[in-house]
Amino acid sequence: MAEFRLPLNSRVNRNGKVHKAPADAADVRRFQIYRFDPDAGANPRLDSFEVDMAACGPMVLDALIKIKNEIDSSLTFRRSCREGICGSCAMNIDGTNTLACTKACADVKGDVKIYPLPHMPVVKDLVPDLTQFYAQYASVKPWLQSRTPAPPDRERLQTPEEQEKIDRPSACILCACCSTSCPSYWWNGDRYLGPAALLAAYRWIIDSRDEATGERLDALEDPFKLYRCHTIMNCTEACPKDLNPAKAIAEIKIMMAERQH
Amino acid sequence: MRARPLSPHLGIYRFMYTMALSIAHRITGIVLSAGLILLVWWLMAAATGPAAYEGAMRVLSHGFVKLLLAGWVFAFAYHLCNGIRHLSWDAGIGLEKHEARRSAWVTVACALVIGGALVFTAFFAKVFA
Repeated sequence: MAEFRLPLNSRVNRNGKVHKAPADAADVRRFQIYRFDPDAGANPRLDSFEVDMAACGPMVLDALIKIKNEIDSSLTFRRSCREGICGSCAMNIDGTNTLACTKACADVKGDVKIYPLPHMPVVKDLVPDLTQFYAQYASVKPWLQSRTPAPPDRERLQTPEEQEKIDRPSACILCACCSTSCPSYWWNGDRYLGPAALLAAYRWIIDSRDEATGERLDALEDPFKLYRCHTIMNCTEACPKDLNPAKAIAEIKIMMAERQH
Repeated sequence: MRARPLSPHLGIYRFMYTMALSIAHRITGIVLSAGLILLVWWLMAAATGPAAYEGAMRVLSHGFVKLLLAGWVFAFAYHLCNGIRHLSWDAGIGLEKHEARRSAWVTVACALVIGGALVFTAFFAKVFA
């Protein structure tokens, strides 16, 4: 059931620490960042960091790394590739989910507000616990299922048109921006698979080499797993890779309807 | 160690057109259902007899009730337009990001025009007078 208010232990203390910029800073930008320390025994809080943008890279991730290096080394966040291909630095920036490494500070008006991905258990600061998200991904069996033996002398071939169908859905980096932007996933994330897992399911359902299409659709025939999608379209708006989970889910629903006739 | 808190969601997420239209669809759906009670009451009055009907019409022609009816008409217009948008999505049409953004504007514009036209016809143009 939808619980719109945060639990008591999760309410954010808006008066966190304030870190002022050095006096000689040329171009000051304020970052408001969600902090949670599991060892401190206190509720999450919002800290302010003033950063001199004249001595900082352009992306939000650059600012986070600068803060961690120079102001507060306890600031905790995931990052790896810094070029939008690993999906580690997914977080809520300026109200929408995106990757810190591909979001320019200049694209944000006013203070840069940074929260962890919404409606997730927080391990520390900007690091959410994605265990359930990965389990949902695994539940759609994201691998090739085939009864026919592979040809002995070559790969399982596809036509360019068949490859074209799975080309975009295969580009998903599992950053969880889409699933955690979805209000339906917020309220029913324990039973609704969410856009990321469903996009992965779609990618295998339409794969010309896969022979478990019927079983895959059977597994999604459920009031919650698939049909909690109400086509709000937050997922497609949020995807930092410009993919379209909403369309993939709509296509699955169409396949569900068509196979009943 | 402290239990893991739940990260903020509704309170911090930017209120995008996507969510606005979706929640408006639900709210107008509820408004339409509630308005049907009024319609049923009016029909029952009409079936009961001239005296009951006259009483019902006195209530229904009150300014405040007319305002509620106008709101109901706009809810109807919006729910109809956005319902067609959802139907086309269910048929796999218009799901690209730019198409969904455009259809959002078209939906709101159509709802305002249809709702406005219905309210004007019913309350001001004296077509049924």
